[in-house]
Amino acid sequence: MSPATFRYIGKHRRAVEHKRFVVGKGRYAADIQLPGMLHIALVASPYASAEIKRIDASEALAMPGVHAVLTGEELCRHIDAMLPGVDAPQVTRYPLASDVTRYAGEWVAAVVADSRALAEDAAECVHVDYAPLPCVVDPQQALEPHSTLVHPAHGSNVIFHRKFVWGPVEEDFAKCDHQLSYQVRWARNATVPIETFAVACQWQDSTGILDVWASIQMPKFPDQVAKALRLPGNAVRVHFDVDVGGSYGVKRGLKHAVLVGYLAQKLGRPVRLVEDRLENMRGGDMQGPDRVFDVTLGFQKNGEIKAMKMRAVDDIGAYSGRSPLQLGKPVGAIVGPYRIQSVEYDAMAVMTNKTPQEAVRGFGQAPTNYAIETGIDKIARFLHMDRIALRRINLIGKDEFPYLIPSGTHYDSGDYDTVMTKALDTAAFDDLLKERDQLRSQGLLAGIGISTCLEPSGGNSSFEPLFNPKNKTTTWMDSCLVRVDLSGAVTALMGTSTSGQAHETMVSTVIGEVLQIEPDGIRVLHADSLNALPSNSPVGSRMAIMLGGAAAGAAKKIKHKLLQIAAHNLGVAVEALVYEDGQVQATHNPSLKLSWDALVEIAHRHFHKLPEGMEPGLQEKFVWEVPTGGMLPTDDGRVQMYPCHSFESHVVLASIDPDTCKVTVRKYVCGHDCGVMISPDVVHGMTYGGIAHGLGAALMEKFAFSTEGQLLSGTFMDYLLPTSAEVPAITIVDHCTPSPLTEFGQKGSGEAGYLGSPAAIASAVNDALSTQGAHIDHLPMTPQAIWTALSEARSVKASNTVN
Amino acid sequence: MTQSTMTSTHTPIEKKSIQIQVNGVIQQRHVEPRTSLVDFLRDELGLTGTHVGCEHGVCGACTVMLNDEPVRACCMFAVQADEMRVTTVEGLAPERGVMTQIQDAFCEKHALQCGYCTPGMLMACHALVAHNPQPTEAQVRDAISSNICRCTGYQQIVDAVMYATQAQKA
Repeated sequence: MSPATFRYIGKHRRAVEHKRFVVGKGRYAADIQLPGMLHIALVASPYASAEIKRIDASEALAMPGVHAVLTGEELCRHIDAMLPGVDAPQVTRYPLASDVTRYAGEWVAAVVADSRALAEDAAECVHVDYAPLPCVVDPQQALEPHSTLVHPAHGSNVIFHRKFVWGPVEEDFAKCDHQLSYQVRWARNATVPIETFAVACQWQDSTGILDVWASIQMPKFPDQVAKALRLPGNAVRVHFDVDVGGSYGVKRGLKHAVLVGYLAQKLGRPVRLVEDRLENMRGGDMQGPDRVFDVTLGFQKNGEIKAMKMRAVDDIGAYSGRSPLQLGKPVGAIVGPYRIQSVEYDAMAVMTNKTPQEAVRGFGQAPTNYAIETGIDKIARFLHMDRIALRRINLIGKDEFPYLIPSGTHYDSGDYDTVMTKALDTAAFDDLLKERDQLRSQGLLAGIGISTCLEPSGGNSSFEPLFNPKNKTTTWMDSCLVRVDLSGAVTALMGTSTSGQAHETMVSTVIGEVLQIEPDGIRVLHADSLNALPSNSPVGSRMAIMLGGAAAGAAKKIKHKLLQIAAHNLGVAVEALVYEDGQVQATHNPSLKLSWDALVEIAHRHFHKLPEGMEPGLQEKFVWEVPTGGMLPTDDGRVQMYPCHSFESHVVLASIDPDTCKVTVRKYVCGHDCGVMISPDVVHGMTYGGIAHGLGAALMEKFAFSTEGQLLSGTFMDYLLPTSAEVPAITIVDHCTPSPLTEFGQKGSGEAGYLGSPAAIASAVNDALSTQGAHIDHLPMTPQAIWTALSEARSVKASNTVN
Repeated sequence: MTQSTMTSTHTPIEKKSIQIQVNGVIQQRHVEPRTSLVDFLRDELGLTGTHVGCEHGVCGACTVMLNDEPVRACCMFAVQADEMRVTTVEGLAPERGVMTQIQDAFCEKHALQCGYCTPGMLMACHALVAHNPQPTEAQVRDAISSNICRCTGYQQIVDAVMYATQAQKA
């Protein structure tokens, strides 16, 4: 099928999910009310590092309506530790601390009562004696030889370290005219959904099933909950039909679900935990990458970039989940969209006494893109070359695909130069330059930012074996089941929850396309984990590719079965039949036909009319392996990471008030190519949202910690989220380079916008500051950071004048 | 609700009797004075369309109409709403199965993704349009700056309000 011939794909269609949300009938985890349900409040450690000497819960337990106070000491005896993601068996993690606490805000005890308010009252009456211990908060200090250890049993604060060398790096550097080194820092921020994490659990002695309703976006979540609770997998039923109030990566909630599941089992009553905002910010374990990059680029005087060395040190906080792997995913796009031929990548994850890190939109790619793009701007400045011209020289050409990058990943397709040109044209770049200069003449600092970034998509888990040789995972499948009932109506079943990506809309659009029937009549349900086919949750910009591919695969099997039934009953070979609008007719004799209803009737009722050996009924499943997946990494760490590669080019005009140092983003254009868009409204929506996230990362958002390890930005008064006053009107300009690897040519887009906007906004701020001889190489570029940079530039200028 | 009947034995806090008209229906309840309006709506009345986001008045997810003005239901107590009228997202549309023009425009323009901020955002938009039936884009951006959305970047929310109000004009 070519894009022009699609019937439903790529067309405007109202998302089927919206109707329940706009009338207040969404069903989120915090909306789950179960008869006799109990509520949890948490006792959190006030210290970043302390020994727990004694917990006295007697006063709390004596309060009427209080059912239990659970401590880590009890919990750890009855459950297994959660896995650290890399090979570090001594870095154990449980929902509650026992013996010692390793970050301020870590949960020490859980109080269960008839209401949340009562549980909070009782939590204040749990007395914990702590003996404070030394802590390490700065990741560089954590790397020093005699540093305090976060996990002494592990023997080091480094939980993962590997230096990859792909290609003749040193030789390439030796041949370069120039090299340029710089350091950039990506601050700890996160996607911070407006819904905090919530989970309700119910255990039935009679069935031996633990029911879980949770606001999750977590691969292998049911298996991991079962494993930690020492239950067989078929004893945990996770209900994927819970609406999730935003995630963008962070809604993992394994420790939450294990804690609540244990309590539900122990007490024989339904139990619910809904994080309050402080619990979420401090102890919800959802803070994102916190990364220092040291980069050296080797390039020729004409601007050609030949080689790169990148050292990335990521502060993952006090415990490990999937966070070290966020250094792994960028391996699949380590050179960005550029023809860099050899790379040394030194990746290190270090532990500190801070809130643990979790997956955030892009899984480490946005910080990496920011580090690469900063270098492109620096080379341009160094060579006195236009940033756009420099990019044109280095961008991989549209005729070079599939393009193999040094780290072993093939990029599937793209036309980067055209997308950048479209974005520049849409922004009317020459006028934009004039506008910038006009703003400057008005006394403002003004700058234009550019970025050209990749969005790897189709989420595979190749970083798991890459970062842990004991882990041989080579599949990251997703699935769909399509059923046509006796009335002829179509129902599809997917096996994960949704957190705003409109999967019901996507799946019904795809099935409608394949079966040539109206998508609005197709119902899409979220299975529970005991009914679901194997699936891996909507991470890594994968669902358009993976769930879309699975839905198409199942629908095609339905279509094939209908053709076989028709062939058998019409006495015509399948090859001589045509399927159209749900009915089948003979190509050369249109009077020979069977309607949708007639075919469905045969499948469901007329076994005697079915071809020999065919199963009755009309139901097909399709389990799809990630295209290009299935391979283990090579010994030197080369691997096909994700299959598809979307591309985005951002053009930004920003100004800075020289008195307040506040940044105003005035114009924003994003050129975007994610192949064929199944639902353009959804793709655009995610791209707008991703850009807003990126604006927050670039200018506003930071989980700041004191030197004692106390979180200083635990509320929305000090962890600042962009509002409509900060996010400008955004223009998206689409381009379509279909992927050769997917059903309809689609690529992923769930991380769109976020992967390029921090770099572009930072580029604009630095262009503005350049007139004052100032620059900033860390995010967020807050008014304080800008004020400091300008003051430093002024004092340098002054001392130069004096000298 | 289940929860409040379960708690009848424990609390030494004296409950107050309140009467609030919620979505056109008079609701009489005995509540602890410390019960926030949003907890009252969600836990006592089962109106879970109103959401809790930050619990300190910044994000606007809990916004409801109090006597036709938008308020943060997390930052006021239920007893403060005694003898007042409250409208929640469940009561925005005039009747079952019908949507307001703004609700309809939110669907048409994809002004939401996860839907969590949507009820509060709808309140902000309805409050704007009640005072200013044909706002400019800048006025819409100003009005919804009271509410945080992490999904949309606000673009399609602005588009939806413009669509709804311009359709009204036509």
